[in-house]
Amino acid sequence: MTTLITAPPIDEVAPTARTVIRPGVLPAPGAKQWVPACPVSRLVPGRGVAVLLPGGGQAALFLLPNGMIYAVGNIDPYARAGVISRGLTGDRAGEPTVASPLLKQVFSLRTGAALDDPEVALPTYAVRVQHGLVRLGVPHP
Amino acid sequence: MSTTTERATGTTGTASRTVVVIGHGMVGHRFVEALRSRDTDSTWKVIVLSEEADAAYDRVGLSSYVGAWDRSALALSGNSYAGDDLVELRLGTRAEQVDRRTRTVTTSTGEVVAYDALVLATGSYPFVPPVPGHDSEGCYVYRTLDDLDGIRARAEAAIARAAAEGREANGLVVGGGLLGLEAANALRLLGLTPHVVEFAPRLMPLQVDEGGGAVLKGLISNLGVQVHTGAGTSSIAAQDDGRLAVELSDGTALLTDLVVFSAGVRPSDAVARAAGLAVGERGGVTTDTACRTSDENVWAVGEVAAVEGRCYGLVAPGYTMAEVVADRLLGGEATFPGADLSTKLKLLGVDVASFGDAMAATPGALEIVHTDATKGTYAKVVVSDDARTLLGGILVGDASAYTTLKAYVGREVPGDPGALISPAGAELGADALPDDAVICSCNNVTKGSICGAIAEGACDIAALKGCTNAGTTCGGCLPTVKKLLVDSGVELSKALCEHFEQSRAELFEIVASTGIRTFSGLLARYGTGTGCEICKPTVASILASTSSDHILDGEQAALQDSNDHFLANIQKNGTYSVVPRMPGGEVTAEQLITIGQVAQDFGLYVKVTGGQRIDLFGARVEQLPAIWQRLVDVGMESGQAYGKSLRTVKSCVGSTWCRFGVQDSVGMAVDLEHRYRGLRSPHKIKFGVSGCARECAEARGKDVGVIATDKGWNLYVCGNGGQTPAHARLLASDLDDETLVRYIDRFLMFYVRTADRLQRTAPWLDSLEGGLEHLKAVVCDDSLGIADDLEAAMSRHVEGYQDEWKAVLDDPEKLSRFVSFVNAPEEADPTIAFDESGPRKVPVLLGLPTVRENV
Ligand SMILES: Cc1cc2nc3c(=O)[nH]c(=O)nc-3n(C[C@H](O)[C@H](O)[C@H](O)COP(=O)(O)OP(=O)(O)OC[C@H]3O[C@@H](n4cnc5c(N)ncnc54)[C@H](O)[C@@H]3O)c2cc1C
Ligand code: SF4
Repeated sequence: MTTLITAPPIDEVAPTARTVIRPGVLPAPGAKQWVPACPVSRLVPGRGVAVLLPGGGQAALFLLPNGMIYAVGNIDPYARAGVISRGLTGDRAGEPTVASPLLKQVFSLRTGAALDDPEVALPTYAVRVQHGLVRLGVPHP
Repeated sequence: MSTTTERATGTTGTASRTVVVIGHGMVGHRFVEALRSRDTDSTWKVIVLSEEADAAYDRVGLSSYVGAWDRSALALSGNSYAGDDLVELRLGTRAEQVDRRTRTVTTSTGEVVAYDALVLATGSYPFVPPVPGHDSEGCYVYRTLDDLDGIRARAEAAIARAAAEGREANGLVVGGGLLGLEAANALRLLGLTPHVVEFAPRLMPLQVDEGGGAVLKGLISNLGVQVHTGAGTSSIAAQDDGRLAVELSDGTALLTDLVVFSAGVRPSDAVARAAGLAVGERGGVTTDTACRTSDENVWAVGEVAAVEGRCYGLVAPGYTMAEVVADRLLGGEATFPGADLSTKLKLLGVDVASFGDAMAATPGALEIVHTDATKGTYAKVVVSDDARTLLGGILVGDASAYTTLKAYVGREVPGDPGALISPAGAELGADALPDDAVICSCNNVTKGSICGAIAEGACDIAALKGCTNAGTTCGGCLPTVKKLLVDSGVELSKALCEHFEQSRAELFEIVASTGIRTFSGLLARYGTGTGCEICKPTVASILASTSSDHILDGEQAALQDSNDHFLANIQKNGTYSVVPRMPGGEVTAEQLITIGQVAQDFGLYVKVTGGQRIDLFGARVEQLPAIWQRLVDVGMESGQAYGKSLRTVKSCVGSTWCRFGVQDSVGMAVDLEHRYRGLRSPHKIKFGVSGCARECAEARGKDVGVIATDKGWNLYVCGNGGQTPAHARLLASDLDDETLVRYIDRFLMFYVRTADRLQRTAPWLDSLEGGLEHLKAVVCDDSLGIADDLEAAMSRHVEGYQDEWKAVLDDPEKLSRFVSFVNAPEEADPTIAFDESGPRKVPVLLGLPTVRENV
C-alpha cells in the first residue's frame, strides 16, 4: 500500500479567532463611487460572492483566509458567463488566485490577469471596509 | 453450380485491387489492420473469409473465457472494421478451394471471389493422436470459443451426475505442454479434478529442462492436478454410463468424464496443398522471408506459414509476418527477421519462463542452476563457454527476472553470471542494458524507444503504454518498464499540486492516521502556501469519504468545487442542472408529476440522462432551494450528479417483469444505490445491474457491474465509458447477495483509499501493481488483511448518510449562500439568457448576437 505515516495526531488548528481585513487592491486614482456590497461577516474565508454594480455590471468579491479582500470582474472572459465569484481561490507561487468554475482558467486576484494567457485579464476593483461593511470602488461613469 | 464471379468494381473509393484473406484469426486481423493503416491511397480492397462465426478474438487469452463466458470480452479491438468501406468481413464462410490460374477462391457458400493477392492466415488445428476411441463422445480439443462451450456443457452435466452418484467429476488432458496445462486449469475452474498425461518424462518438454520440469510438477501437483509423465494414451473407450475409460501406456487405467486433446498443433494447410502450393516437410505453407509462397500472388502469415521451412506457434512472429506482407503489398521491401521463441506465462498461478537457448544447445555452453526446494523455484542460465555471454535460461516458480535477463541474451553479462539467479546476487539492473535491447517482446519495443518516450515527457506507465505500446499485450514487461521510469531520473512526481508533495493516496493515509480534519491543519503540517483548485477539492473529497459531516459544514464549504458548493451541476452559462436521485431508475407517478411541474414553473429544459434519471437544466443559483424544496417534499433526494461520488445504479427490469430474467435486478440495484449513495470518491462511480446474461443494463461498461446468473451474481469491476472505454473485468462469480455486497464494500473503499485524484477505476486498475490478480486477492482473499477495515469504513458511511439537499434546506446559514448577488439577493442575473426559438431551449452566452444581422 502507500506510505505509512506515523505522525501523532495533532491538535486541530484553532479557527482564526479574528480576521484582520485588508483590502487587496489599491484604489486606482480617480473619483469613485463606493458601492456597498455586504457586511464582512457575510463572507466565507476562501470563497466569493457576486456583487451587482450600478449600471448592470457585476463583480466577484473574495475574502481569503489570511484576511485579504479582493474584487475582480465576475464575467468569465473565456466562457462569457457570470461565474468567477463561484470559483475556488488559492495561490500560485504565492500569487493569490481564483480559478473559473467552468473551464478552470486561473486569474490573479491582485491584478486580474489570466496567469496562463497574457492577453486576457479581469477588471479589478478597489475595496474599502468601513464599519464592518465592504464597499467596492467603481469609477464614476 | 450457378455462380457469378465477383470482380472488384471500383465503386468503393479508388481501390483498384483486391486482396482476399483466408482466416480471421489474430494474425489475419492484424494483417488487415496493418494494411488499412498504411494504405493511405486506398489501393487495396480487402475481403476476409472467416470460417469461425466470431470475428477475430484473442485466442491467446482463450482461457479467460472460462468463468465469464462472455465472447465479447475476447473480441480484438476494431475487428468489425465498422465504418471502413474497403474491408468486407464474411463470417461463417470457409474458403473451400483456391484456383490460382483464374485467381479465385470458392467459398462454402458457393461464391467465387476473385483476388489480385491472396493471404493465407488459416492458423493451425489441434493434432489429435489416432488412438483407438479418440473420436468418442466426450473428447474435445482446446482451440476455439466453440470448443470451450462444448467442454463447459459436458463438464456441467458431468458434475451434476457425479454429485448424484456421490463421487468427484474429473477430466483428462492429453498433453502436458503449455496449452495442456492451460486446459487443465480450465477444467479445474469448471470444477473437475484434472489429470494431465504427458508422453515426455517432464511437463512442458519444449520449454523447460528436467530440473525445471521436476519443480513444475511439484508445484502443479500441489494445486490438485494429477500429473502422469512418461506415459502415452493407449486407448479410450466409451462406457455405458457415458464416461470414458482411458488406458495409459504404463498400464494405468482411468475413468474420466471428458478428455481434452492438447497434443500439439498442425498448420491448417489443406486448402493450400490442394491448390498445389509448396508445403514444408512437417506441414505449413512454405514461404521466403517476404512471406511469399511458391505463387507470387499468394502469401502466408501466422501459424500456417513455414517461413524458410520453419513454423512459429506464437502470436508475436505472426504479427511480424502480417506487417511484412502489408508492407510488401504496398511496394515495400520488409522481410521477416526470424523470431524469438521465448515464453513467459503464469500457469495455475505458477510462473514459467524460458528464453534464448534454454536447452543449452550451443556447443560448449555452460549451465548454471539454482534450485530452492522450499520456495519451489528453479532458475537456470545458459552462458557461453567463457562464461561471459548470456545465451538463454529457464525460470520456474519465480520469473520476475525474465524481462531483464532476456534482454541480455547474446550480450556480455556484467560480473559473475551465477549472480544473475542467485537470490543473494545483485539484481541485474535495467539501466545497464543497451538501448537496442528489446524490453516488450510482444510489441517489439526497445529500451531505447521507452527511454525516448520518457525523455519526451511520458512520465507514468499509462503514458508509456499509450505512446510505445509496451506492456499492452501480456504485460510481463511492466515491472521492467516501471524500473526504467524510476531509473530514468524523471522524478516520478506523485505531488498533487504545488501545495502538497504527497499523492492523493498518501494524503488519504495522513488524514486517516492523524485524524486531521481541516484543510488548514493539513496544509500547515504537510503542505505549503494557501492551496488551489486542485488540492482543495481533493482534500474535501478525502474529508467527505472519511466522515459523514455535511460537505458544506465549517471550513469544508470553502474547499468544494463550485458544483459541490451549490449541490448542482454548473452549465456553460453559469446556470445549474438539477438531478434528483432515482434509485435503480425507479420513480413514482407523484414524483414524476412534481418534476414536470417544477420544470414548467421554473422554465427548465428537461432531458433524460444515460443513467436512468431526469436532468433539469437552466436553474439559476437563487432558484435551487425552491426547486429542491418541492422535490424533497415528494421524497426525492440529491442525486449527487454534481459530485465525484456514486452517480447511478442503472438496472434492467429483471426477473420481476422480464421473461428471461433470473434475478431481481431492480431490487438489487435499488439496494445498492441506497447503500452507496453519497459516497465521495476520487472520481464519479457508476453501477449497472442486469437480470441475466443478456446484459440489457450494460453493466460491463460501469465501474461496478453486477450480472445475474442462475446461481447468484457475477461481479465485474473497473469498466469505464468516457474517452477511453474499458469493459469491466470479472472479479468473482456466482455470489450470494451478502457476499456481493461485502465484495463491493471492499472494492469501493480500496479504490477510494488508493486511487489518484480524478483517476477512474479502469486506469486505477491498470496502475495497480499486480493488476486484476492483486485486486482479486485484496477483495476476495483479503491478502492485505484490511478487509475488516474497509467494511467498517463503509458501514460508517452507510450509517452516517444524510440527504445533502434536505440538510441545506433545514439550515438557514447554508441556505443564505444561494443568492444571485450578495447586495441584491432576489435579482436575477441579467446576463443569463436563453434562446427558445429553436427545437430546444439553449443558453445564450454573453456577447453573442442573439439576432443575426442580415446584410
Ligand atoms: C489456449 C491457447 C493459448 C495460447 N497461448 C499463447 C501464448 O501465451 N502466447 C502466444 O504467443 N501464443 C499463444 N497461443 C497461440 C496463438 O493463439 C496463435 O499463435 C495465434 O492465434 C495464431 O494466429 P493465426 O491467425 O495464425 O491463427 P488462428 O488464430 O488459429 O486463426 C486462424 C483462423 O482461420 C480460420 N480458418 C482456417 N481455415 C480456414 C478456411 N479454409 N477458410 C476460412 N477460415 C479458415 C480458423 O477457423 C481460424 O479462425 C495460444 C493458443 C491457444 C489455443
Ligand atoms: S438483462 Fe436479462 S433480465 Fe434484464 S432485461 Fe435483459 S433479458 Fe431481461
